[in-house]
Amino acid sequence: MSKSPSRLALRAGIAATAAVSLAACGTSGSDGGSEAASSIGDTEGSVSILAWPGYVEDGSNDPTVDWVSGFEEATGCMVDAKTYGTSDEAYQLMQSGGYDVVAASGDLTLRLVASELVAPVNTDLLENYEGIFDFLKNKEWNSVDGVSYGVPHGYGANLLMFNTDEVTPAPTSWDVVFDKASDYSGKVTAYDSPIYIADAAVYLMTHNPELGIENPYALDEDQFAAAVELLKEQNASVGEYWSDYLLEIQAFETGDSVVGTTWQVIQNSISTGNTDVVLPEEGATGWSDTWMIASDAEAPNCAYKWLDYIASPEVNATATAYFGEAPSSEAACDFRDDCEAYHAGDEEYAKQIWYWTTPIAECVDGREDVECVDYSEWTKAWQEIKG
Amino acid sequence: MQLGRVARWVLGGITTVVLALIYLPLGVVFLNSISTSESLTWPPPGFTLEWWRRAMHSEGAFEALGMSVMVALAASAIALVLGTLAAMALSRHRFFGKESVNLLIVLPIALPGIVTGIALNNAFRTLMGVQLAVWTLIIAHATFCIVTVYNNAFARLNASGTRLEEASMDLGAGLFTTFRLVTFPHLKSALMAGGLLAFALSFDEIIVTTFTAGTGVTTLPLWILQNMFRPNQAPVVAVIAVILAVVSVVPLAIAQRLTAKDAEAVSR
Amino acid sequence: MTATRVSTYLAPRRRLRLAGLLTAPVLWLGLVYVVALAALLITAFWTVDAFTGQVRVEWTTENIVEVLTEALYRTVTLRTLGIAALVTVLDIIVAVPVAFFMAKIARPRMRHLLVIAMLAPLWASYLVKVYAWRALLSGNGLIEWAVAPFGGETPGYGIVGVVLTLSYLWLPYVVMPIYAGFDRVPDRLLEASADLGGRGWRTLTAVVLPMIRPAIIAGSIFAFSLSLGDYITTTIVGGSTQMLGTLVYDNVGSANNLPLAAAISLIPIGIILVYLAAVRRTGALRSL
Repeated sequence: MSKSPSRLALRAGIAATAAVSLAACGTSGSDGGSEAASSIGDTEGSVSILAWPGYVEDGSNDPTVDWVSGFEEATGCMVDAKTYGTSDEAYQLMQSGGYDVVAASGDLTLRLVASELVAPVNTDLLENYEGIFDFLKNKEWNSVDGVSYGVPHGYGANLLMFNTDEVTPAPTSWDVVFDKASDYSGKVTAYDSPIYIADAAVYLMTHNPELGIENPYALDEDQFAAAVELLKEQNASVGEYWSDYLLEIQAFETGDSVVGTTWQVIQNSISTGNTDVVLPEEGATGWSDTWMIASDAEAPNCAYKWLDYIASPEVNATATAYFGEAPSSEAACDFRDDCEAYHAGDEEYAKQIWYWTTPIAECVDGREDVECVDYSEWTKAWQEIKG
Repeated sequence: MQLGRVARWVLGGITTVVLALIYLPLGVVFLNSISTSESLTWPPPGFTLEWWRRAMHSEGAFEALGMSVMVALAASAIALVLGTLAAMALSRHRFFGKESVNLLIVLPIALPGIVTGIALNNAFRTLMGVQLAVWTLIIAHATFCIVTVYNNAFARLNASGTRLEEASMDLGAGLFTTFRLVTFPHLKSALMAGGLLAFALSFDEIIVTTFTAGTGVTTLPLWILQNMFRPNQAPVVAVIAVILAVVSVVPLAIAQRLTAKDAEAVSR
Repeated sequence: MTATRVSTYLAPRRRLRLAGLLTAPVLWLGLVYVVALAALLITAFWTVDAFTGQVRVEWTTENIVEVLTEALYRTVTLRTLGIAALVTVLDIIVAVPVAFFMAKIARPRMRHLLVIAMLAPLWASYLVKVYAWRALLSGNGLIEWAVAPFGGETPGYGIVGVVLTLSYLWLPYVVMPIYAGFDRVPDRLLEASADLGGRGWRTLTAVVLPMIRPAIIAGSIFAFSLSLGDYITTTIVGGSTQMLGTLVYDNVGSANNLPLAAAISLIPIGIILVYLAAVRRTGALRSL
């Protein structure tokens, strides 16, 4: 039995979906506020961290899962960790202040930057930064104008999973859940979140090129309508929208679902052995999270220590394996035996992933002649799709 | 009462079947707690006591249990005081707006939890500008628990009438003495029943809790919700649920005994 | 002693005594609950700033109009009402005979055991029970296994699954008030009816049922309102079913649109108020 320590993708439905309606990004007001530190001074004795459940484990949920104690011993910074359920909650907590470090998803990072709640990070101070995959560094969700705002943590793709007994031949395209979905009517499953509309947009990028979609998170009225239409057709064949990951594991194990979107960790957890996953030829959506430092951090030195510690190969391997995602560095793979399954470090593979970004009115693909549909509209449309 | 033998048998049969159906899903929960499947998949592929062992060592679960008991006790205590006061007012007095007060007491339980939840969340955070914490959760729970205490106390006060209290006052006892020596002993079992129901309501509440508990305040239902998402924790959750259902029999039995004794005393 | 003095002072003053009793509970409910509800209702007329995501204080009827006119909300409201009504009726049909047996037929010792047996499952955690139902309803679950030999099949995940699960969850809440209602019907009354020649059935319909009607309605308030606001059960056993609770939750939880959520919650608030007004005269509110 292959028992990876992974199993725990905690960022269950709500969490990942947590893209939020707004995001005052676009205009980066970052030049005023804070400066990146130039050196790490004496540690302050404690550090307050805000993160997704499963990112800062101190052994209280499971005594064998603990990477906080090692940090406390090594640096003398006692960790006070808080978890949040949605990116929006994290944003509000950051506004209330009192946190030194935050782990933010792609739908939160730019908002934090624009509100000057987080400071630029001087990555030269972090020993372990160099080892991190280049394709995760200085991307649109963790930097502004070439200034880094944090350290990449882990990443993953929303893959296509299928039941190998029922879905033959093995699919290579998302068409099995869209144009051909009726073949598996009642047994198709999809991720229950407005952000799933982007999956339809990814499909349309290939199959309806005349729509001219450049980025699945930047959809104008017409492009958006086409994606919604596609999902409404799909709805007739959907047996269940899964929001948390236990639901999908059960549905595939019992055969109630046979084809649909998934995370790698879900497939790893399925014990029946008759499922497989594929990154379809159209590409896929995915996520990449970032460790950031608050601009009013009371313990900036401990914060830097944490960023360095969590990026160190062994800790990064443990934490990302526990969560069920690919680690952020090649060296971390020495501490994990499942890197291959997650395609960690495979740049070609990573290139096919469209990382979750909050859709806002100002098109994130840079178009200026049209307005894009923002996330509150995505939410309404998603409810209409489900009916 | 005069019922044919057949009718008695039929009713007994229905009750038996219903009870069996009530316990069937709990049986599934029990099997899940000893199943080798980490994701509660049916049918269980094998059996193990691993989850029971792990549950015994789950610090998080016990902390959450402690938090739940604390919140439920505090909320019930508040509900007991407010519910009793309201019941005495409404059962012993006639006044304008009585119906409205009654409606006010019922409303928090009659409106869907999600409405209560977002209303209180908005009030705490936006109107009052405070951070959610333990006390906001206790206030929320106490609010919808008042009704259970109130109704039990009200029914008892109404059934018993005012004769005894009047007699006590005629014999020269003051208001507080009368309450202490006459009204309260009489109410005790009703309050016990109401308080227990309040405790149970608070203990298993999840929706209002989601919206009014501060970060870091993890009640048992919240812990269960968080851990249900972790496949290798799901069977541990099943263990906790089984333990809770079994352990709950003790307070229930005590409450039953007290109520029953009292009820006999009252009806005599 | 001050207590005595206060007592002597209050004894003849009914108004003051009433005020003393009522102040605390009414203040609590008024300040905590009514104010919170009122604020929520007002929020329904505000809007969310698309840029900052903050609620903007700017009067608009946009949300209300949207909720009233868009087909989505009508469909989901009707579906939710149907589910809640079905759950309520199912629960009452099951609860009445059971409660009657518990209160009037079972011997005292048996009665206590039954009450405990009925209440103990309430403690086994709502979520865990819903997941148990997910296992029961699955394509290769217990239900399928039990009915397949007779040519049946499991209802699977969907509206039927939601109705079954919710009925299961709320049954104890419906049984208990009805049991208490039966318990309050004096045995003497039943005997009198029998002495006057009333057969069992007639005693039941002419004497007992009218007396326990408030209790039945009290139970129905639980089942109905708990179903009306549910969103967790729907997620787990509802397949692709959306209920009002889902819409409210999604708008607060992921879309961060409190004004729209508030506007949608006006629907269940309205439904419950109408329901309470309709049953108020029966005295049901006192039997919860």
